[in-house]
Amino acid sequence: MSDPAANVTNVTPTLVHAKGLTKHFGSFEAVRGIDVEVSKGEAFGFLGPNGAGKSSTMRMVSCVSPRTGGELRVLGMDPETDGPKIRARIGVVPQQDNLDTELTVRQNLQVYGRYFGLSRSAVRAKATELMEFAQLTERADAEVEPLSGGMKRRLTIARSLVNDPDLLLLDEPTTGLDPQARHLLWDRLFRLKQSGVTLIITTHYMDEAEQLCDRLVVMDGGRIAAEGSPSELIRRYSTKEVLELRFPPGEQSGDEVRDLAERVEVLPDRVLLYTADGDAALAAVHARGVRPVSSLVRRSTLEDVFLRLTGRTLVD
Amino acid sequence: MSTHVVGPWRAALIAVENHWTWYRRNWRATVISNFLQPVLFLLAMGVGFGSQVREGAATGGHPYLVYLAPALLVITAVQNAVFESTWVVFSAFKWQRTYLAVVSTPVTPAQVLYGQLLWIALRLAAGITVFLAIAFALGAITSPWAVLAVPFATLAGMAFSAPVVAFAATREKPDAFNAIFRFLVMPMTLFTGGFFPLSQLPGWLHPLAWLTPVWHGIELARGATFGTLGVLPALGHVAYLSALVALGVVLGRRYFRRRLAV
Repeated sequence: MSDPAANVTNVTPTLVHAKGLTKHFGSFEAVRGIDVEVSKGEAFGFLGPNGAGKSSTMRMVSCVSPRTGGELRVLGMDPETDGPKIRARIGVVPQQDNLDTELTVRQNLQVYGRYFGLSRSAVRAKATELMEFAQLTERADAEVEPLSGGMKRRLTIARSLVNDPDLLLLDEPTTGLDPQARHLLWDRLFRLKQSGVTLIITTHYMDEAEQLCDRLVVMDGGRIAAEGSPSELIRRYSTKEVLELRFPPGEQSGDEVRDLAERVEVLPDRVLLYTADGDAALAAVHARGVRPVSSLVRRSTLEDVFLRLTGRTLVD
Repeated sequence: MSTHVVGPWRAALIAVENHWTWYRRNWRATVISNFLQPVLFLLAMGVGFGSQVREGAATGGHPYLVYLAPALLVITAVQNAVFESTWVVFSAFKWQRTYLAVVSTPVTPAQVLYGQLLWIALRLAAGITVFLAIAFALGAITSPWAVLAVPFATLAGMAFSAPVVAFAATREKPDAFNAIFRFLVMPMTLFTGGFFPLSQLPGWLHPLAWLTPVWHGIELARGATFGTLGVLPALGHVAYLSALVALGVVLGRRYFRRRLAV
């Protein structure tokens, strides 16, 4: 018991501690030695493209997937020996919904709650409360199958709260949803965060990460490329503003504007100029006689951070 | 409200309770295959075809319908077990992925298996009991000892179910399941002494029949019903069937874990 994290019992607020954590599938290294600390009350994010190792990490933290190597403590316990105990106190929203679509909304919540050792009357009360929270009360006794993707997602999130978890793990909570459904979900997650639930979220949407995460790591190829709050990361790895220029296909090289910004990225469909003052850069572009089809000045986002760190865009 | 880690038996019971929640909503779809089909069999083979069969040494001196009924309980158990042990299990891994949800709770993959097997056993026992009552109403049951056929048929059904559940847990595609029905269940139904004595088959087929859970189940169910079952043979049959269940549980635990904890 020399590991300090192993001794935590309500003393330190560290809920997840990973050091040199790895996950291999045969010869494929999905997670290649990551260090992560998540404290109580935080909303922590894993941002990265598909295949970055986010889901593999989440499944190890959820105590459903055994780690290949490294240290991992969740709620101060080792998933390898205390998996069931840890799972009793966490909530898991998997990437793909796994609701019982032949049961009703209410039954899905009650059935799941029973596996946590809750009494029938407790799960009945809890289901009512959670349907209210997830705005599903009107569909309480409807079968799950015909519900919309957004409703199913909200039900999966409601289900993950049935045990009043200390830690909630959300794997790509809004992937595949339309904008309205996403905003509704974000609102619900934000409420959870306000009420003190510790959240860990994986996403490949930078707006989601910016909206929800206090702190995040950028993952790529099974490794952590950078860590910080969204604004810190933007400050550290990007400029204040970005000038986007669009040219007719095949006519953009970036060469004629390369010296007008701190950094220039040439993407297949546009040229990005990283600069503190986008309008000034645009004026300089025009003064030089370069005529893009369209231009846009915007502030830097996590997308730019990711591009800087990996040379690739997040969503292809 | 407090959550806690439930013990393995408790977990299996909760799983059964949750399967029951599903069943209460969806039982109608199972009625035809679980109840109607065996009754049609009993009518066609026992009452219809059976009327052409003379009572004699081959039927143990009983009318054919009475001779057939205990065996049909066993055959029904195995036939009912097929769907529950293949498609249902496969779907819980692959289509509905409900098992994946359960292992996110304190419940372990092995407990998911126990819950599934316990549920199948209860389904089989309930189905056989209903069928026994119908067979009694049709005059196919004349001995009170036939109630012993219920646990024996359930055991035989589980001796088939448990290894098949383990097999289903290894499948990425459901294409083998129809083959199980055609090439395992059908021959086991027809050539294991249920409809006619095994002695009517060429001798080299006998050892094959002895390997099947159906033959052991029929020996037990029919022997118990007609009072011809010796203690030693009974113990032997029960031991063999129990060993098949145990094999299925050991393999199933391994495959459920491999599939659910990756």
